[in-house]
Amino acid sequence: MEAAVFIVCAAIVLAGSLGVVLARNPVHAALSLVGTLLGMAVLFLNLEAHFLAAVQIIVYAGAIVVLFLFVIMLLGVDRLEDISVEPIFGQRVLAIFVGLVGFGLGATYIVVSVAEVQNTSAGVASAYLTRPLSNLHEIAEVLFFDYVYAFEATAVLLTISVVGAVVMTRRMARNQQPENQLTNQSSNTASED
Amino acid sequence: MVSSNSYLVLSAAVFTIGAVGLMVRRNPLIMFMCVELMLNAVNLTFITFARGFDDISGQVAVLFVLVVAAAEVVVGLAIVVAIKRRWPLATADDLSELRG
Repeated sequence: MEAAVFIVCAAIVLAGSLGVVLARNPVHAALSLVGTLLGMAVLFLNLEAHFLAAVQIIVYAGAIVVLFLFVIMLLGVDRLEDISVEPIFGQRVLAIFVGLVGFGLGATYIVVSVAEVQNTSAGVASAYLTRPLSNLHEIAEVLFFDYVYAFEATAVLLTISVVGAVVMTRRMARNQQPENQLTNQSSNTASED
Repeated sequence: MVSSNSYLVLSAAVFTIGAVGLMVRRNPLIMFMCVELMLNAVNLTFITFARGFDDISGQVAVLFVLVVAAAEVVVGLAIVVAIKRRWPLATADDLSELRG
């Protein structure tokens, strides 16, 4: 059963992530991203991370992707991007080559090193399923005892990012560009497209 | 039980797709989505090892990655909005204002 779920979700995740990279329309890319994130959430369930699967759907698919779609719609950038022209000569070939080399190195390392993981975890995989506490209780115990300072630091981080977002997107009167400069810029970039 | 290997190879593949997308695409929004893909691949790795080593700390690390990813998206999209407001058709290649 776990194998069947894994195969289906792995296919969804891979198809979705390829869709993000290959889609010409940003809206389609965002929808592919939702598919990837939902597949990932099911994989998390498969790996006994029940709380994180819920958080993944609520935070990622619910909040972050909606934020992406809001920005796409707000800016009106949901036009097609011409991805048939290559802006820098040889960039794509090089990027794919570098990616494949990285993937090869990573996969080789995984195959070599995971034997060690399986040796150390020979008997615990069954114990994992018969824990006295629920997944949420275990995470809470570690989070609020061992990592409580890091947890407090994330509160500061979130506050700073909210303040930063407000400061950066606020329209200030003295920063208003003259209208002709804007139109010049847009005609310049339009000719490049 | 599916072995940890399969999950880790899947995660490496997703990370690679995200990295190649980040290098190839020029739309800043799609580049952000590729960064999200890479962060998600790392999350999958953390959770796989949390099961493999039977250590719940891996899942706590994922929680922190989620928080940092949310903060990154908020700040990044604010930058994109600010830039697009000034140069409506700009792609990542056109933005060389900070070049020395």
